[in-house]
Amino acid sequence: MTATNLQPGPTSVRPGGARRRRRRGLALRVAGVVASLATTFFGLLLVTFFIGRVVPIDPVLAVVGDRAPRDVYEKARLELGLDKPLWDQFARYAGDVLSGDLGTSVLTSRPVLEDIGRVFPATLELATLGVLFGIVIGVPAGVMAAVNRDRWPDHLVRVVGLIGYSVPIFWLGLVGLLLFYAKLSWVAGPGRLDVFYDGLVDPVTGVITLDAALAGEWDVFWNAIDHLLLPAALLGYYSLAYISRMTRSFMLDQLRQEYVTTARVKGVSERAVIWRHAFRNIRVPLLTVVALSYAGLLEGAVLTETVFAWPGLGQYITNSLLNADMNAVLGGTIVVGAVYIGLNMLSDLLYRVLDPRAR
Amino acid sequence: MTDLTSPRPDTWRGWLLSDTPHSRGQARLGRLYLLWLGLARNPLAMVGLVIVLALLVAAALAPLLAHQSPIEQDLADRLQPFSAAHWLGTDELGRDIWSRIIYGTRLTLLIVVLVAITAAPVGLLIGTVSGYLGGWVDAVLMRITDIFLAFPKLILALAFVAALGPGIENAIIAIAITSWPPYARIARAETLTIRNADFISAVRLQGASSARIVARHIVPLCLSSVIVRVTLDMAGIILTAAGLGFLGLGAQPPLPEWGAMISKGRSFILDQWWVATMPGIAIFVVSLGFNLLGDGLRDILDPKQGGQS
Repeated sequence: MTATNLQPGPTSVRPGGARRRRRRGLALRVAGVVASLATTFFGLLLVTFFIGRVVPIDPVLAVVGDRAPRDVYEKARLELGLDKPLWDQFARYAGDVLSGDLGTSVLTSRPVLEDIGRVFPATLELATLGVLFGIVIGVPAGVMAAVNRDRWPDHLVRVVGLIGYSVPIFWLGLVGLLLFYAKLSWVAGPGRLDVFYDGLVDPVTGVITLDAALAGEWDVFWNAIDHLLLPAALLGYYSLAYISRMTRSFMLDQLRQEYVTTARVKGVSERAVIWRHAFRNIRVPLLTVVALSYAGLLEGAVLTETVFAWPGLGQYITNSLLNADMNAVLGGTIVVGAVYIGLNMLSDLLYRVLDPRAR
Repeated sequence: MTDLTSPRPDTWRGWLLSDTPHSRGQARLGRLYLLWLGLARNPLAMVGLVIVLALLVAAALAPLLAHQSPIEQDLADRLQPFSAAHWLGTDELGRDIWSRIIYGTRLTLLIVVLVAITAAPVGLLIGTVSGYLGGWVDAVLMRITDIFLAFPKLILALAFVAALGPGIENAIIAIAITSWPPYARIARAETLTIRNADFISAVRLQGASSARIVARHIVPLCLSSVIVRVTLDMAGIILTAAGLGFLGLGAQPPLPEWGAMISKGRSFILDQWWVATMPGIAIFVVSLGFNLLGDGLRDILDPKQGGQS
């Protein structure tokens, strides 16, 4: 501190420097996350390349099928660049993927990326509703369990969660359809809409509930909700198991802290202690948990969509699989993998940026 | 140790819990006994243990417990409801569902055991080597592990099966390839806590090679946490295998794989609900058993984590 410094007090220089340092630290961390995102995506490409070109005994057959005539076979072989060295093939493959070319689907003879763009909104709609369901029930359940540790609400939440971890989701879907659709008629059956409502609304976003609401077609909207309820609740149950478990463990950590005791001693009501003090501190880690379970739901959607005849990404991948449409399978894998990796990193990034302790 | 000579039943207990074991074997048995005592205090874990033991017994004694062949067809007797002859009814080819579920335990066990004995050693090796050697080896191996951890497991397994072709062996390979990374992570974390311990330095000063230190002194200490994690993962492995079977990519007909049985029963769900429902209950009970047992084991072997979740 020199006398010429106009800012008063010896501490005046520090905040600016500290802030700059902190900002540089943050930038470094963000750069680190981006770098690991890039290497992970590179790894994903390596693995899909390996699966598509190296694992099959004859990758050409995997693309054109075993009944292809000789000239088609040769053409596909050259197109795939199989006469070139492996690293050259990979470079071409990576270049193609990065420029948005995932190849052409044998089944639909359209570009895979276009196909995926068409089916993805259906999966997004399902997974989003599922994760909402998981948050709305899972978070309060986890808090209840932590507050009533080792009493019956805790055991109940634990058992419900364990069942969620143990039950095969496709089976639960079948039983759900049998019970709530066939026997009780509480919800609509498989598919996104009743046949009667099909095509009434122009697909603007591809998310039917949103499209219907935009067009003011409320009959269609409610029918779509009716179809969404069961599969979304099932997917939600999966994320509920995870979210409630993590919420409970975060809350237990907080309730052990001294500030909670202090607040209680000061006479703060129990409700305020739980929600205004303890819960506030777990919002950031909870956000990362939600992001992770969202990513998990995209995966869980594969089996659920098969059961509910839901025309989404999961069904697209399994359909292509059963028809040996390798381009479509690998394209779907890349898209799900990229979204999954992206959400993983996003949750990591959110945690580092939002939580002051992680800075 | 005078207890040992007296014939009273509680002497074994005294011998097992002795603070001054006379042999390595006694110490080991004592630890196992303590583990058992801890497990016995947890009723949910005991339920899990009973379920897992029942699975083992069913697989071992399948020919005795099942009263019909799991693959023999009897078209005159198809889609029968519960009866004395067919406890859980029959499926679309007249096969006894109870017998198929009992024989299915063998497939489930086969998948779980094969995945565990391939994925766990790989993860253990990568994790311990990575943690012990450190430096660039650690950086590279952990980067690879992270990449595999960041992948969606089921989708990756699906893609592998798509390339390898459907079948139970390929399903096992695909699941094993996608399940080793958590073991590597755990083994590395354990290794980091013991690599600088005095006994490791002592062995190193005696001239032991890195390979010997990792194999003989570090791996045994990482085993217990990896085993707990494997038990907890068993349920996930069973569910993934059943999912692959359900999609028609796992075990192929006529093998009595539970997931494939559900898939077949799907067409009759409205009128013959038991065909698809019963194998699902089997999957659920077995994975619940592994989950309960794994939770209990974790509470005992790793109290730090157990208190958290």
